[in-house]
Amino acid sequence: MKQFLKTAMHNRSFATGIVITCFIVLMAAVSFIWTPYDVTNLDITAKLKAPYGSHWFGTDHFGRDIFSMIMVGARNSIAVALAAVIIGVGIGVPVGCWAAARGGQLDEVLMRGNDVVFAFPSLLSAAMIAAVFGPGAINAIIAIGIFNIPVFARLSRGAALTLWPRDFIMAARAAGKNKTRITIEHIIPNMANVLIVQATVAFALGIILEAGLAYVGLGTQPPTPSWGKMLNEAQTMMSFAPHMAVIPGLAIVISVLGLNLLGDGLRDVLDPRLSRKRD
Amino acid sequence: MLEIDGLKLSIGDTPILKDISLSIEPGKILGIVGESGSGKSMTALSAMQLLPEDSATSGSIRFNQHQLLDADDGLMQDLRGNDIAMIFQEPMTALNPVHTIGDQIAEGIMLHDRVARQEAVTRTNGLMERVGLPISSFPLSRYPHELSGGQRQRVMIAMACAQNPELLIADEPTTALDVTLQAQILQLLRSLVEEQNMGLILISHDLAVVAEMTDQLVVMRHGEIVDHGPTGSILRAKKHPYTAQLAHASSHIPERSQPPVLSELATEAGLAPLISARQLIRDYPTKRTNLFTPAKPFRAVDGVDVTVYPGQTMGLVGESGCGKSTLARMLLALDTPTSGSIQFNELELTSASADELQAARRNIQVVFQDPFSSFNPRHKVERLVAEPLYLEPGLTVGEKQNRVVVALEEVGLQASALSKYPHQFSGGQRQRLAIARALITRPALIVADEPVSALDVSIRAQVLDLLTELRERLGLAYIFISHDLSVVKALCDEVLVMDTGRIVEHGIASDIFDNPQSDAAKMLVEATPDLERALQNRPSGSR
Amino acid sequence: MILFLIRKILWAAATLAVASVLVFAALEIVPGDPAQVMLGINATDDAIAALREDLGLNKPALERYFSWIFGLLQGDLGKSYTYSVAVRELVADRITISLPLALLALVMSTAIAIPVGLYAATKRGSIADTTIMAVTQVGYAIPNFWLALLLVYILAIWLQLVPAGGFPGWDGGLVPALKALFLPAVSLALPQAAILSRITRSALLDTMGEDYIRTARAKGLSFRATIWKHALRNTMIPVLTILGLQFAYLLAGTIVIENVFYLPGLGRLIFQAIALRDLIVVESAVMMLVATIILINLVVDLAYLWADPRLRHGRP
Repeated sequence: MKQFLKTAMHNRSFATGIVITCFIVLMAAVSFIWTPYDVTNLDITAKLKAPYGSHWFGTDHFGRDIFSMIMVGARNSIAVALAAVIIGVGIGVPVGCWAAARGGQLDEVLMRGNDVVFAFPSLLSAAMIAAVFGPGAINAIIAIGIFNIPVFARLSRGAALTLWPRDFIMAARAAGKNKTRITIEHIIPNMANVLIVQATVAFALGIILEAGLAYVGLGTQPPTPSWGKMLNEAQTMMSFAPHMAVIPGLAIVISVLGLNLLGDGLRDVLDPRLSRKRD
Repeated sequence: MLEIDGLKLSIGDTPILKDISLSIEPGKILGIVGESGSGKSMTALSAMQLLPEDSATSGSIRFNQHQLLDADDGLMQDLRGNDIAMIFQEPMTALNPVHTIGDQIAEGIMLHDRVARQEAVTRTNGLMERVGLPISSFPLSRYPHELSGGQRQRVMIAMACAQNPELLIADEPTTALDVTLQAQILQLLRSLVEEQNMGLILISHDLAVVAEMTDQLVVMRHGEIVDHGPTGSILRAKKHPYTAQLAHASSHIPERSQPPVLSELATEAGLAPLISARQLIRDYPTKRTNLFTPAKPFRAVDGVDVTVYPGQTMGLVGESGCGKSTLARMLLALDTPTSGSIQFNELELTSASADELQAARRNIQVVFQDPFSSFNPRHKVERLVAEPLYLEPGLTVGEKQNRVVVALEEVGLQASALSKYPHQFSGGQRQRLAIARALITRPALIVADEPVSALDVSIRAQVLDLLTELRERLGLAYIFISHDLSVVKALCDEVLVMDTGRIVEHGIASDIFDNPQSDAAKMLVEATPDLERALQNRPSGSR
Repeated sequence: MILFLIRKILWAAATLAVASVLVFAALEIVPGDPAQVMLGINATDDAIAALREDLGLNKPALERYFSWIFGLLQGDLGKSYTYSVAVRELVADRITISLPLALLALVMSTAIAIPVGLYAATKRGSIADTTIMAVTQVGYAIPNFWLALLLVYILAIWLQLVPAGGFPGWDGGLVPALKALFLPAVSLALPQAAILSRITRSALLDTMGEDYIRTARAKGLSFRATIWKHALRNTMIPVLTILGLQFAYLLAGTIVIENVFYLPGLGRLIFQAIALRDLIVVESAVMMLVATIILINLVVDLAYLWADPRLRHGRP
C-alpha cells in the first residue's frame, strides 16, 4: 500500500485527483460538526449578497450562507453517488460474473436484461419512481443505482470472459475448485483494477446525475441543502445574483473533475499493460 | 544491396542493438537467428525505418545508393513496399479486418505505380494465383477473417511481392503456423526469391528452418551479432560456443535411464491401464448459417480411444484444430464428452460424483503452454503452487508449506521463491513452477499441453531434462501434447497422431518418425524441420 | 448478414416488450388507489369511482396491459385526465421538440468530438494534444444544465444576443425554431463532445498500435494515408458503441435542459404530469422515450454492419 501510494503520487492525474477528492470528503465530514453559519438560519436582512468578507460565497435569497450550504450539500452528493455505486457494484458485478461463468442461455438472458435496463436512463427511471412514490433522495439513489447496474454487469462480464480461458483458471479447475470459488478467488481479484477505475468514474457521474435530479425536483428535497437544488433556486435569480448559480456549479465541476482525474490516474497506475512493461 | 554498418539502437533508455553490421546481395537469403530478446526483429524494423517512436539510432543502413537511417518520410514511403517489403509474424492481426484482401493487395500497386484500379486488380489476380490462392476459389472480395492463418500469410506475401521488391524481409513468417503450412510457405518464399532475384532476410528462432533456407547466417544474442558467415559452414563447424549451444539445444534428447513403457508389453504383463478412454466424442454447437436448416454441430473429437499405462509417456501430436486440446480437457475432466467413456484407475470419470472426481483429480494434474498466463499474477508462489492442495482438505498451514517447499526443490527452485510473485521469474522458471504445482499432489498422471512451445530452445532443453528426470524418479505418466515432433520424439514412449478429431496412427515413438504410415503422420514428419537433415540436404555446391 | 439483421430486430422488439412490461408494472405498484392518487385526498368517492371506470381500473391488470399495448400499437395512448385531451396529441406535439433537440445535440457533439479526438491522437504529446486533453477533462465534469444556465446568463441576460428560452413552434419556420433549439443543443452537446473526443482519441491510439497499421506503413503508405484508409474505420467501431449510449443520455438530458430553456418538450410534459399526478401521461411519455432509445440502439447495431465486415458473416 505504501509502495503503491509512492508510485501513484508520481502520477499527476492521481495526485491532483486524490487531493481534490480528499478535500471534498473532508469538507463534507467537517460540516457535521461545524459550518460557518447554520444552514437553516434565514437572515432576510443579508439576502442575495455577493461574496464578501463574512460570507465567503455570498448568501441566497433567504439570506442563508452559501459556503455552509455547499459544505452540507457535499454530504448529500457523496451519499447519493456512493450509495448508487454500491448498488451498481453490488448487483452488477455478481450478475456479470455469473453470466460469464455460466455462459450459454443464462448469459444471453442476463445480458439482454441488461440491454433493457440500459434503455432507461436514470432521469427516466427517476421520473417514473417519482411519479409513483414521490420525489426524494432515496428515489435518486435507486434511479442512479439502476443505471449503474448494467454498466458494472457488462464491465465485469467482459473482464471475466477474458479471464476464464486463461491457463491459471484452468489450473484452478484442475485443482477441483468450483466456479463460484474460482470467481471469488481468481476472477474478481483480477478485475479489481478495472472495477475500481469504473467505480470512480461512476461516482463522478453519480454526482452529476444527482445534481440533475435535484435540479428538476426529483431528487433531494428542501430543506436539505443540495447542489442541484441550489442551482434550481438560482435560476430565477440569475440576472441579479449570478453567484448563486456559479458557486454550486463550480462545486459540482470540481468534485467531478477530481474524481475523474483520480479515475484516470488509477487507470494509469493500475493498468496491467503498463505494469508489465515495467517488469 | 543492403548494408548495415555499426547500427546501434536504443528504445527509451534501454539499449537494444549494439554495433550490428551485416549485408545482403540480390538473389541470396540471409538468415538472422537468435532467441527472444536478441534484437533480430528490431534489426529488421530498423531497415524499414518502422521503429517505435522513442527509439534512437546511430550507425549506417545503406540500401543501394540511399542512406536509410534517419531518411525522410518521402524517401522511405517510396522505398517501402516498392523496393523493400516486409512480412510479419502474426498473419491473424497483420491484415486490416475491415478491408477486402483484394483492396489491401491492390492498394500498394496503385500507390507506387499510379495505375488505374482495373490494372491493379488484374495484377492482383496474377499475384493471388502466384501465391497459391487462385481467385476462382479465393475471390478478391474476401475479408481476412474468412481465410485461415496460412492463407492470410499467403496474402501477406502477395502484398509484399506486388512490386517485385529488391529486398524482402520476413520476420518469423511461419512461427504462428503449423509445420506443414510452414513448409509450404517457406517453399513459396524460396521460389519467389529465385524468380524475382530478390534478396531475402529470413528472421527465425529455429535453426533448422534457417539451415534449410539460407545462404548466409547471422547469429544474434542480446543485441549483438555473435557469429556470422555461410550457413553451412557455421552450423557444421559450430565454432562459436553460442552457436554450438543453440544447435545442441534444438536437437536435444534427454537421457533416459529406464526403458520405454510400451503398451504391448504392459498388456502382456497384465498391467491395468492408468487411464483409458473409449470412443470419445465431443460436439460443439455452431451458429446456424441458414435460416431454414438447423446448425450442424462441429465434431472436435470423433471416436477417440486412448490408453496410458502407469509410468508411460504418451505423445499426442497433430496440427492446430485437430482436437488435441479438447481431448486433453476431457481427459482432465474439465470438459464433458458428448459420448464415450473415460476410466481412470477404474473410476468412470464421465459419471463420477463430485466427491469421486475430487479424489481422482489428485492423481491427474496439468501443465500448460504459456508460462505467463498459467499463474494468477496477484498471488505469491506459496499460494500458487499450493493450489491443488485444495484437493487434500485438512492440511495445516505448516504441512502445506512443507509440501510446497518439497515440490519447489523437486523442480530445482529454492524455498526463497515462496514469497515471490510470478512476474519475478523468467519464462523457464515459471514453467518449473507450473510443474511444481502439478507435482504437489503426487499425481500418477500429468497432462502437459505444449509445455515447452513458448520457450526458447536452450530453456526448452532444460525443461525436457527436468520432465524426464521427474518421470523416472517419481514414476509419473505423461500425456504430452505438442505440435512439434522433435520434442515429442525426444520425450515420448509412444505417440498418437491426431487428424480432424480422429486418431490416425498409434505406435512407438521412434517407429512413427522413421516410418510413418498415415498421410497425416507422413506430412508431419516430412514438414518438421530438422537441423541434421537440413545440413545433409544442403546442395554440395554450397558451403 | 440477413440473420444478423433479423436477430437484432427481434431482440429490439423483445427489449421493447420487456420495457413496456416494466413501465406498466411500475405504475401498477403505486401504493393505494391510482385514481385516489391522481385526484388527491379531497376528491369525492363518486369522482374516484368515475375515474376508476374511466381508466378501466376495475379490469384485471393483464387485460389492462394488453389493451394499453394494443392502444400503443394503434397510436391510441388513452386520454389525459388533467389535460382532457388525447395523450397521443400531447406526446406527438411535445416529441417534435425533444427528439430534434436530442438529434441536433448528437450531431453537434459528433461533429466537434470526432475531428478533435482524431487531431489530438495524431498529435499525441504535443501542446495541442495536452490542451485538448485538459479542456475535455474539465468539459466532461460540467453538468449540461449548469452550462445551460451559464450560457443563458452570458448570452441572453448579459449580452442579450439570444432569447433566454421559449419555443416559437415549427410553424413559424425552420430558422426561428432552430435558433431556439441552438443554445439548448449546445449545452447538451459540449459535455458529451468532451467525453466522445477523449474516447475517439484513445480508440485511434489503440488502432494505431495494431499490426495491420504497421503492414500499411510497410506497404509505403504515408502516416496520413494510413490513418485515413486503415485506422479510421476500425476506430469507428468503439466510437459507435459510445454514440448509441450517448443518444440515450442526450434524450434523457433534454428533460432537464427543457426546464432551463422553458421548452415545451416531452421532459416538461413529464414533470407537469408528475406534479399533476397524471399517471397515464407519465406512462406514455416515458414509453415513447424508451422506445426511441431502443430504436436508435438498433440503428447503431446496423451501423456496425457497415463498420465491421466480420459481423456480416455469422460470428464476430
